[in-house]
Amino acid sequence: MIELDDIDRAILRELVADATQSAGAIGRQLGLSQPATWRRIRRLEQAGVLAGRRIDLDTEALGFGVTVFLGVKLAAKGRVSLEDFERAATAIPEVQTVQHVLGLYDYRLRVTARDLADFERVLRRRIMTLPGVGNVEANVLLSEERRPGPLG
Amino acid sequence: MQLDDTDRRILRQLLADPTLATADLAERAGVTAATCWRRLERLTAAGVLKGQHAVIDWRALGWAVEVSLRFTLDKTNPRAFDEFLAAARDVPEVIEIQTFLGRVDVRLNVIARDMGHYQLVYRDRILTLPHISDIESLMLVSTIKETGSVPL
Repeated sequence: MIELDDIDRAILRELVADATQSAGAIGRQLGLSQPATWRRIRRLEQAGVLAGRRIDLDTEALGFGVTVFLGVKLAAKGRVSLEDFERAATAIPEVQTVQHVLGLYDYRLRVTARDLADFERVLRRRIMTLPGVGNVEANVLLSEERRPGPLG
Repeated sequence: MQLDDTDRRILRQLLADPTLATADLAERAGVTAATCWRRLERLTAAGVLKGQHAVIDWRALGWAVEVSLRFTLDKTNPRAFDEFLAAARDVPEVIEIQTFLGRVDVRLNVIARDMGHYQLVYRDRILTLPHISDIESLMLVSTIKETGSVPL
């Protein structure tokens, strides 16, 4: 497993804050040359620590004002295929996240919709018709924040 | 903001691969580089595109356990939410904080190195958070789909 030093952690913090920064710009902030910074970023990528980039979208400005998290319990375990459920859930465009979990529910889904009426349509037509779906709990997202995690 | 088909094509391609240079993005979206650049500027100015962040794979750093902790808070205290959230922000193992309307009030995404470490974090840093009335945990098995994208 890859070991990080303080400079690696500082580079990760910078890239999590703004992934569009060049190696040169990050290096200048940390007192490191561009090639040295680039080599460190490349090492973090190769170790799989940097797992891509994500665009920060204002989904509300695009007309998607509602995000709902669903806890889904499958109806008859053992008789439904997890693969069938996962394939069908993944194919729904409004479903942003599909996670297999252990606990009160079997799956966690993040669903985006234009408004509550649109969410109801997605829930009835797409979610409740998924293969093997049983009990579903919905919680409407009010706010969210990403934290830097243990990089300090 | 009103989007036309050109905006949507550009956004779809950008969401699919945020690392694309403007020229490649333009080619995939079937527009000239100049148009693509202008549209990106407009989407940024309108606040639709807020930036990009790097995604960290915590498992690659040896943080093998990820748990979604769902809290119900004691709402008889009017400061419960604020005090809980402020304390949760001080826990380094918390990588995400979300608030909800529903049966669940707050969700924390918590990571740990292994189950033994998770037990320590849970006892010493989570159970000591203020105003908790109930906790449920969902342990992450796998993430099958993860996209910040919306059905444009």
